[in-house]
Amino acid sequence: MEFAELIKTPRVDGVDLHRPFMPTVEGTLCLTGHHLILSSRQDNTEELWLLHANIDSIEKRFVGSLGTIIVKCKDLRVIQLDIPGMEECLNIASSIEALSTLDSVSLMYPFFYRPLFEVIEDGWQLFVPEEAFKDLESMTDEWRLSEVNKDFSVCPSYPSLLTVPKDIDDESLCKAASFRHGGRFPVLSYYHKKNGMVMMRAAQPLTGTNGRRCKEDEKLINATLCAGKRGYIIDTRTIAVAQQAKARGGGFEQEANYPQWRRIHKAIERSNVLQDSLIKLVEACNDQSHSMDRWLSKLEASNWQSKVKEILTTACLAAQCIDREGASVLVHGTEGTDSTLQVTSLAQIILDPACRTIRGFEVLIEREWLQAGHPFQQRCAQSAYSNGKPRSEAPVFLLFLDCVWQILRQFPCSFQFNENLLIMFFEHAYASQFGTFLGNCVAERVKLQLSQKTVSLWSWVNRPQELERFLNPLYEPNNLVIWPSVAPQSLLLWEGVFLRWNRSTKCLDEACQEMVHIIEYNKELQNKVNSLRRQLAQLETEESPLQTP
Amino acid sequence: MEHIRMPKVENVWLVDRSSSRRTQVGTLYLTATHTIFVGKGSEDRNELWVLHSLVCNVVKHKASQSGYPLLIHCKNFQVIQFIFPQESDCHDVYISLSRLSRPEKYEELYCFSFNPNVGKAEREHSWDFLDLKAEYSRMGLPNKLWHVTPINREYRVCDTYPADLFVPKSVTLPVIVGSSKFRSRGRFPTLSYYCKENHATICRSSQPLSGFSARCLEDEQMLQAIMKSNPGSRFMYVVDTRPKLNAMANRAAGKGYENEDNYCNIKFQFIGIENIHVMRNSQQKLIEVSALRSPSMGEFLTGLENSDWLRHIKSIMEAGLFISKAVAEEGVSVLVHCSDGWDRTAQVCSVASVLLDPYYRTLKGLMVLFEKDWVSFGHRFSHRCGHLIGEAKEVSPVIDQFLECIWQLMEQFPCAFEYNEKFLISIHNHIYSCHYGNFICNSQKERKDLCIKEKTHSIWPHLWENKLDFMNPLFKPDQSQNQGLLRPSTAPYCFKYWRRLYNRFDRELHPRQSELDSLMTVKEETQQLEEELALYEQKMAVLDKEHAKTLYMQKGVLDSKQALWSLPLDTSLANTPQDYISGFIGGAPNVFTLQQGERESAEVCLYGDKTKSSDADNSDQESGVADFSSHSSGEESLPSEESVKDPDSDETGPNRA
Repeated sequence: MEFAELIKTPRVDGVDLHRPFMPTVEGTLCLTGHHLILSSRQDNTEELWLLHANIDSIEKRFVGSLGTIIVKCKDLRVIQLDIPGMEECLNIASSIEALSTLDSVSLMYPFFYRPLFEVIEDGWQLFVPEEAFKDLESMTDEWRLSEVNKDFSVCPSYPSLLTVPKDIDDESLCKAASFRHGGRFPVLSYYHKKNGMVMMRAAQPLTGTNGRRCKEDEKLINATLCAGKRGYIIDTRTIAVAQQAKARGGGFEQEANYPQWRRIHKAIERSNVLQDSLIKLVEACNDQSHSMDRWLSKLEASNWQSKVKEILTTACLAAQCIDREGASVLVHGTEGTDSTLQVTSLAQIILDPACRTIRGFEVLIEREWLQAGHPFQQRCAQSAYSNGKPRSEAPVFLLFLDCVWQILRQFPCSFQFNENLLIMFFEHAYASQFGTFLGNCVAERVKLQLSQKTVSLWSWVNRPQELERFLNPLYEPNNLVIWPSVAPQSLLLWEGVFLRWNRSTKCLDEACQEMVHIIEYNKELQNKVNSLRRQLAQLETEESPLQTP
Repeated sequence: MEHIRMPKVENVWLVDRSSSRRTQVGTLYLTATHTIFVGKGSEDRNELWVLHSLVCNVVKHKASQSGYPLLIHCKNFQVIQFIFPQESDCHDVYISLSRLSRPEKYEELYCFSFNPNVGKAEREHSWDFLDLKAEYSRMGLPNKLWHVTPINREYRVCDTYPADLFVPKSVTLPVIVGSSKFRSRGRFPTLSYYCKENHATICRSSQPLSGFSARCLEDEQMLQAIMKSNPGSRFMYVVDTRPKLNAMANRAAGKGYENEDNYCNIKFQFIGIENIHVMRNSQQKLIEVSALRSPSMGEFLTGLENSDWLRHIKSIMEAGLFISKAVAEEGVSVLVHCSDGWDRTAQVCSVASVLLDPYYRTLKGLMVLFEKDWVSFGHRFSHRCGHLIGEAKEVSPVIDQFLECIWQLMEQFPCAFEYNEKFLISIHNHIYSCHYGNFICNSQKERKDLCIKEKTHSIWPHLWENKLDFMNPLFKPDQSQNQGLLRPSTAPYCFKYWRRLYNRFDRELHPRQSELDSLMTVKEETQQLEEELALYEQKMAVLDKEHAKTLYMQKGVLDSKQALWSLPLDTSLANTPQDYISGFIGGAPNVFTLQQGERESAEVCLYGDKTKSSDADNSDQESGVADFSSHSSGEESLPSEESVKDPDSDETGPNRA
């Protein structure tokens, strides 16, 4: 397909670009297959390059022959283009609409993007299951790497290699898979080095109304328990929701069949409710009424902060079971691809200091989100401004990032990265030049040949010149488990994302710079002092023989 | 002492309201000035000192299994819960504290008995630390247009105003007297802030006694003179900070607001800040919300909204912004008043001053601002803070709101303030504690009559001595956006809940590592390094020149690569899980019955084991205490000193009493 067919007017002069807290830019608007570009003819003004994929929705308005297009982006930015000429404006609008709603993945920008930087370290190799398994093997010999899902037939949303208990053979895995929603049988998510406890994740068991059971499934999860030990199953749904799921063939683990396990239900709502919550929150943030009552009641009604609290609480609970109770944990909801992953990945951030480094956090996203089959493409197809009918969109990943940010705020010295990294992941999950977040699972990515045809986000982020932007100056490795507060008084609105385009950040940026400066100056002094000290010591030893009588 | 029915009660429980696991048993003492709790079986560090003057109210709760609970709510938002084994003890302490916390005479206040072992000369000197005359001359006054009028030297024209007041030079004494007779409580228009650059001023007064039609020539002349003292402008603003309805209602009582037709060249403006009663109720609701135990997000946000508190803060900020913009951007003078001119007027004038003048964003400057706009101009501290037993209707958090406005500004302009949040909280504490004499009484005259300066100490030198604690490490006074007028956004989402003030004593709610503390540590360390560097450079110079014989190698302050700032942050706290399970207990009641037993036994052994583990850095990490149902578990260390005694409220410290 030719993009040219969709571009009715490739170029318009005399367009005004209005962005909040920035001066208006007048220039030429160009449409390419993947970008909306506005460039002023002055040399020193910056250009706007906007990926069509980042456009969530547009609105048109006309005053006389002057047309206005309001472009609302998935990263929550809203910009305004004033275009002279009604026809041009209509053409531009319909072109943008067509280009921003392309259905075919293979037409996405990552397949056309050629990096301007040299790929030194291929991001597609960031996480290699075999190597991760080697690490695990050095700690315990109770697990094995199974190839049962080699061709993605046992579980289409799982990767080809999975870590499972050593004593469970592939045949049992297949049987357990048939007992779990979407074939997502229990697999290892995290091994807690300190006490050897593990966290596993799965989808709901298919007990149905007549209480079906599966010996292999029971055996599989029991194999993770030490003799006489008890484990916890954290079901992210309320008991009522879990009961209802039975009618549709789903369900939960019956005590009678899983006597060594204690089930805990939490109240994380299904992901489809989340989209609505995001839309309401963003609407509240953009409310122009300037009324305090409206703001607070809309913020409350959006329920976003409640969801942050609920998910963090559940993650803390999982971490607590593992670290404090010395018990292994199985986490699942319904499909095991959304709330389950939020909980397992957040629990790891709480428990494992490695996940609080940049590299470790990337690996966590790769392992617990991308490989674990979170359907990024479906979830991130639309964002808060879309007027399209929602299909399976849900800001599950954004909510996870928000929770990470909350922990980061409470432990500002314990993370190697800063807020910018989280915001950047949010942007790239919704629209990107990199292939990392394309597709819904490993099987799809293999089919799309992403690793051959596109560049990985990690290849770019991990370049030293990029990393600098994401470093937290206050970072000092902290090997402890970090327990965040989940009280409403302690949880904040993530302004960096939700109010990002609604306020001037000049003063806040200044504060960040000053923080960096304070710490860099300190380090510089330290080096100076150390080197002088060495010099002095050297002088002393050189001179002392001469001076001694 | 006659009010103390029971000087000492043993076996009292001090309940940590965030975690039953940290509850401790000990002895309660009542002294003339403090309630003191000393934990049993531990050394001196485990003490809780509460000033009687900080106690807001004392409530007996219904007896529970464990005994008779007594709740003490403090004006600094601390809530302390004791449980007494004997009902009679509980009652005696209740009666004693109820009386002790409600002094009837000024002489009963702590500042009159506080004796920090300094000489008379030094104490008197402490009152000279701030000099308002110097402050006015910093502004550029007196000058050819403004001078001090001697008219109120004896407080005869207005007994709630200070003795020295700036008025336009062109105004004659009869005009002042005439104007003062036309204003509530004689509070005639007088200068609060003068802008050297463009001669615009902020003046303040009370409402005019205009009723429906009355006018006063002298008052009109007064305003005219103020307007004319700003040669660059052709008009002035008169800002009535009340809601229009309130101001209109006042007309029926012979008071009211300026009629634009009677005054030349004024632009009259209502700003709609609610009165002290609305503010009191609003804060009451806010305090209730802040004190909720494990509320849901919805409960918290709804409570915050229903309290209306942030709406009020926003309205005060907007008023301050309006005035500061008029002065700085338009170069127009402003007269501000409300009803009496000592509450909303003080708030709005001082907020505008902070926005206008970077000086008030420094430590010393904020102290001066308090002395000027609040203390000297007769904010009724004793009434508003409830220092003495009296009209509950007079109590109102007017000053809290001013402090909060500054805090909100600090959130928006992190590099514009020399002081940090701790400074504001410390001032807040001292306004209510009656530890120092500054905030006693309702006016300068009352303080003079009571010989406050002779009998008490001033807070400001004390805060100044501790200024290292109050510095903002990010302060950048030379940056252009931190000079001149601050233009805060007043969008609703820019106003936040001030957790550090309202949940000050709930330490589990605050970030476990503090950016502020970390940066302060780094800065301190940097200073040491600078000194060390200078020393070495000197030595190098000496060596180069004279080939000195030996070199004394001093071990540097910083040998290790380990950054200091990450260490001292109470690692045990950083490592404490809280109650993550509450939802679960209701949902599946009988799953964890076994654990219940474990919990109790854990609790019992905990008490025998406290002191030992309290020193362990991260005892909880290795504790392995199974406590699934309370989940505030793990931390076996006692509440550290900080949690019991606030570090900046030295009045609760055992050494100062």
